[in-house]
Amino acid sequence: MSSEQTNIKEPKYINPYLGGVLLGLLVLATVFITGRGLGASGAVKSAVVTTSNTIAPKATEANAYMCQFLSDGHSPMNTWLVFESLGLLLGGILSGIVFGRMKKFRIDKGPQISNKKRLILALIGGALFGLGSQFGRGCTSGAALSGTATFALGGVIVMFSIFGTGYLVAYFFRKFWI
Amino acid sequence: MGPLIPNGVIGGGWDFVIAILLGVAFGFILEASGFSSSRNLAGVFYGYNFVVLRVFFTALIVAMVGLLYFDYVGWISLSQIFILPTFLGPMIVGGVIMGVGFVLGGFCPGTSFTGIAIGKLDAVFFAIGLYVGIFGFSLAFPLFENFFTSGNLGNVTLTDLTGIPAPVFAVIFTVVALAAFWGTMFIEKRVRKNMKQYKF
Repeated sequence: MSSEQTNIKEPKYINPYLGGVLLGLLVLATVFITGRGLGASGAVKSAVVTTSNTIAPKATEANAYMCQFLSDGHSPMNTWLVFESLGLLLGGILSGIVFGRMKKFRIDKGPQISNKKRLILALIGGALFGLGSQFGRGCTSGAALSGTATFALGGVIVMFSIFGTGYLVAYFFRKFWI
Repeated sequence: MGPLIPNGVIGGGWDFVIAILLGVAFGFILEASGFSSSRNLAGVFYGYNFVVLRVFFTALIVAMVGLLYFDYVGWISLSQIFILPTFLGPMIVGGVIMGVGFVLGGFCPGTSFTGIAIGKLDAVFFAIGLYVGIFGFSLAFPLFENFFTSGNLGNVTLTDLTGIPAPVFAVIFTVVALAAFWGTMFIEKRVRKNMKQYKF
C-alpha cells in the first residue's frame, strides 16, 4: 500500500461530549431510582452461575464463590443486572438501526493483523477482563464509572488501574492496533 | 425521597421494567457514541481516538456534580446509596488484569454487548472470553479465596479516607477532565495525520 492515507470517513456518531452528558445523566437517574449504578460484567457472572447450576447443581452449591449467587426462590438469571444488560443489547440494536450501522457480521481490527488473530486476541482479552472484573468487584461500568461517580474509593482504584495498565502495556501490543 | 425504589416511592415490581429501560438507554448511548467499535475504543491507548476519555470523563463529572446537587436539594441522600466496597489488593490486581484485557481485546464488557448488537464478530468473541474468564475464576476460586477477600476497607468513599469533602473531589475531577479534553485534542490530530489507515 502506498503512503496515501486510507482513512475511511467516520460513521455518524453523536458528539462525544453530548454522549458523555447523556451517560452521566443516566448514571444519575439510575442511582436516583435504584440506589446503585449501572453494570455489565454482573450479567455474565449470572449466566456462568446459571449454566453451572444447570449442569452440576451439587458442584455449584459446593463452590464457595458461585454458591453466594444461588437462591432457592428464583433462577440466578433473575437479577437486576441481567435485565439491564438485556436492555443494553436492545439499546445497541436500536442505535444501530437509527444510525444505519446494523449490518452483517464483520470484524474491527488494526491494519497489520489477520482476522483470525484478532478474534483470538478478543477471546483472550475477554477472558482476562472477565477474570479481572471478579477481583475488581465490577468492570468499567459498575466499578470504574458508577463507583467513581459515587465517590467510592474502590471505583477510583479500579479506574486508575485499568487505564493506567492500559497505557503501560499499550506499547507492547501496538502491532495489533496501529 | 430518593433513591426511589429502596424508599418504596416506586414499587419493587417495577424493578425489572426499569432495569430494561435504563439498559436500553445505556446501550443506545454507548453505541451512538461509537463504543461498538473496538478500533475506536483502543484508540485511547494509542492517541488516535480519545472518544473513550471524552465520553467517560464527561459522564463521570456530570454524574458526580448531579449527585451532589441532588443531595444538596434533598432529593437523594448520599448516605443511602450503594458505595462499592474497597478491597485494596484485589482491586488493583483486578484492574491490572482488566487493563491488559482491554488493550488485547479492544472492548470492555458493556461495550462488547453493543458491538454484538450491530454485528461485530470480535465483540462476540470478547463476550465468549468474558464467560470463559468468569467461569475459570469461579472454578479456581479456592486457590485465591484468601487473596480475594483481603484488603477489605469496607464501603469507603474518598471523603471517608481523606476527610476532604466530596465537592472538592468533583472540582478536581472536573479540572483534570477539562485539561485532558484540551490536551488530547492536539495529540489526536497529530497522531491521526501520521496514520496510514483508520477504518471505522
